[in-house]
Parts: sequence; C-alpha cells; structure tokens
Amino acid sequence: MLCFLRFASYEDSMDYLYFPGCTLYTKAKNFDQTARDCSLRLGFELKELKNWTCCGATFPLATDNVMALLPPSRILATAREEGTALTTLCAICFNVIKRTNRLFQEDGEKRDKINNFLEKSYQGDLRILHYLEILKQDIGFSQLKEKVIKPLAGFKAAAYYGCMLLRPFDEMGFDDKEKPTLFEDFLEALGAQPTVFPYRIECCGSFQSVGSPDVATECAYKILGSAVKNGAEAMVSTCPMCTFNMDHKQSDIKQKHLDFKPIPVFYFTQLLGIAMGLDYRTLGFEQNAVDPLPLLKEKGLV
Amino acid sequence: MKIELTRQKVHNEFAKKVELISGQNLFACYQCGNCTAGCPVAFAMQVGPHEVIRYTLLGLEEEALGVNTFWLCASCLQCTSRCPKGIDIARVMDALRMVVLRKKERNDHIQIPEFPEGFLEKVPQIAFVSGFRKFLS
Repeated sequence: MLCFLRFASYEDSMDYLYFPGCTLYTKAKNFDQTARDCSLRLGFELKELKNWTCCGATFPLATDNVMALLPPSRILATAREEGTALTTLCAICFNVIKRTNRLFQEDGEKRDKINNFLEKSYQGDLRILHYLEILKQDIGFSQLKEKVIKPLAGFKAAAYYGCMLLRPFDEMGFDDKEKPTLFEDFLEALGAQPTVFPYRIECCGSFQSVGSPDVATECAYKILGSAVKNGAEAMVSTCPMCTFNMDHKQSDIKQKHLDFKPIPVFYFTQLLGIAMGLDYRTLGFEQNAVDPLPLLKEKGLV
Repeated sequence: MKIELTRQKVHNEFAKKVELISGQNLFACYQCGNCTAGCPVAFAMQVGPHEVIRYTLLGLEEEALGVNTFWLCASCLQCTSRCPKGIDIARVMDALRMVVLRKKERNDHIQIPEFPEGFLEKVPQIAFVSGFRKFLS
C-alpha cells in the first residue's frame, strides 16, 4: 500500500528530465545552477539525464546528413528510458532536440535507420519543453506571479528571443513567428517592465563568432543598440551562444563603436532567481561579462 | 555579366546536386529578394542569398561557390520563415557549403591553428561545435 502511495505521488509530482548541454557545464554554469535552484522554489525538480553527450549544437540542414542526427537521437532514446518529459535551457539544444524529435515522429525511414544503428526503438513520444514553456504551460504565469518574493519593479528589461527558440515556426511551435509575447509575459510576471524592440527575434550571429567574428560583433551591436534605443536597461537571454555574442563581445563592440554604452545581459533564470528571493551571491553574476551588480543595486534588487 | 541561356544550363548538374542535398525545389524561386531583405548578415555578403540561388539555377557553379554568402549564413532561418514560395533557403545555403566541404580534397573554411591567442579559452563550446560542423570538411 505504502509502495502504491509512493508511486502515485511520484506520478503527481512535476519533475522533468533535464538535458544541460555542453556549455551549461562550463561557460554558462550560472544558467544551469540558477535554473535548478529556481525550479526547487517553484515545486519541481530538474532530473539530469544519467548519461548524455553534446547534442551537436546544430540541427543538420543537409537532408542526407544522418550522422549529425545521431547525438540528439541517442539523447532522446536514452531519455525516454528514464521518463516522458524532457526539458532544456539552452535555445540551441532545445532547437536541435525538438527538431530531431519531430523528425522521429514524421520521417519513418530515418527513424528506422537511426534506431537500427543505435540499437534503440525510440518512437518520438517524448514531450520536449523549454524551461520557459514549463513556466508558462505547467505552472502558469499567474501562479508564478504569486510566488514572486521580490518583484523587479521598475526594471526595464529587453527580452531577446533570438532565432532558435522560434524557428522553424511549424516545428518549434513556441510562439508567434514575428510577434512572440511569451518572454515578455514572463518578465511581466516577475514584475519587470519588458522593453519591446524590433530586433528581438533577429539573429545574434551565432557560430559566426568562430567563422567571421566581426560580422557577429556587428549583429550584436545592432540588437543591443535597438534595445537601448527603446529604453532597455538590461537584456535577457535564453541561450549561452546569444549571451556570448551579446555580453562577452561588448568589449569588442566598444572598440569599434565609440558611441556604444555597455548594458548587462542576464540569463532569464538569474532574474527569476532574484524575483524568487534567492541570495544574489548564488546567481553566478561573476560569470557575466558586463557586471550587472551596479544596475541591480541602483534598482534596489540586491 | 552576359549569360547565354540554354536548356542544358537551366537543367544543370550543379543545381541538381544542390537540390538533392537541400531537399528544396530551387525552381520555385521567383527572385523576390525577401530572403536577402530580412537576412541579418546580408550587409557583409558579396551577393544576397536570392542571387546565389539564381547563379545556381543558371549552372554558374564557380560564381555561386566563389562568394562568401553561404559561409556567412548563420542558419537563423529568418529567410526560411519569410520565403513566400516556401523554400527553406537556409538548407540551400547549407547545401552549397556541403558541395565545397565534401569535395575530394580537404577544403576547410576556417583554420584552427590561425585562431588568435586566447580565442579557444574565451569562446564557449557551443560556438566551436556548431562552427566546426559548418566550416570544416
């Protein structure tokens, strides 16, 4: 009987399998840790997959490139052995994993080929969620609002979606393709004042920071400039790649554009952490390139 | 540039190869330029994505592969989501990359030993993993 009850309560609890991805273990530890801490405050747990590899960081666009589908497929197949809902924080991991999952649902030929190679029998039946989707769909922004201990009142933050959360629109189904609101709604729930700016779904340059660093710098300059012009005091990101291009390259932007004024770039979980009343010293601000503490102090948030 | 049009040119092997790798029908393109207009890195491109598609359709392999357009593509899919003809242009750009990278001789677009000092320590893994996938043979 006791055993049954325990089983029932396990089914009821909202826990999610969690795929951190390569960068969240190193350059974006602050993203990973704050998300784990916040989830406990919100009543669910991120259960890290027992065995995972890098997802490949790009969804292969060449239709004959089955090899590049193997890492995300292996992650999905082993995750399915542990549960039914998988979440990620990094927008690129989310994109790669969700698109691969869709491919398993829709392309029987590739599914069989990959399953045969991996000696698995995954059928594409995992629920793939971004952390923001958990907050919206499973918790609800109104509930989230009630759990806010320290509202980010008067904090003008620009929600930067980037590309990978949204596109391709049909496969990701995250939000509207040209006018998404989910991220702004999230910031509003935290009590902040979201800044809507035209470049919020524009690409940060992504891996061009390796191929053509100057081009990526220029992309970041345009996006940050657009946010500042519309009144943003900080930018909020969901992706370690965007954060690198937006935050860590601000020193390069400053060298090229003398009029540029640096602004801090947060992971959305860091702001969630502040709102949830977590100690700011546990939010990993030392990994942010532009120090956010002066702004937070000015706003009376730390 | 003066181009003589022939049946062979329009139904050329190069375009067929790009169509095969990308899985897209290039002939659907009617040169509206929406892809180029919305592209966040078009400012640095020698010619726009729609022009590269035109080169490809005309069988001008050297011209199509000689520009920086598809190397600068960041696969952000803005063009893909806005193409009125439903062409997944990011896939076309990736296919052009693949035509170069899959040639017999190794044909890397970036040279790892030439990275500036401190670059490997500074840049996150995610950028290297995806960058190497896109730029190395």
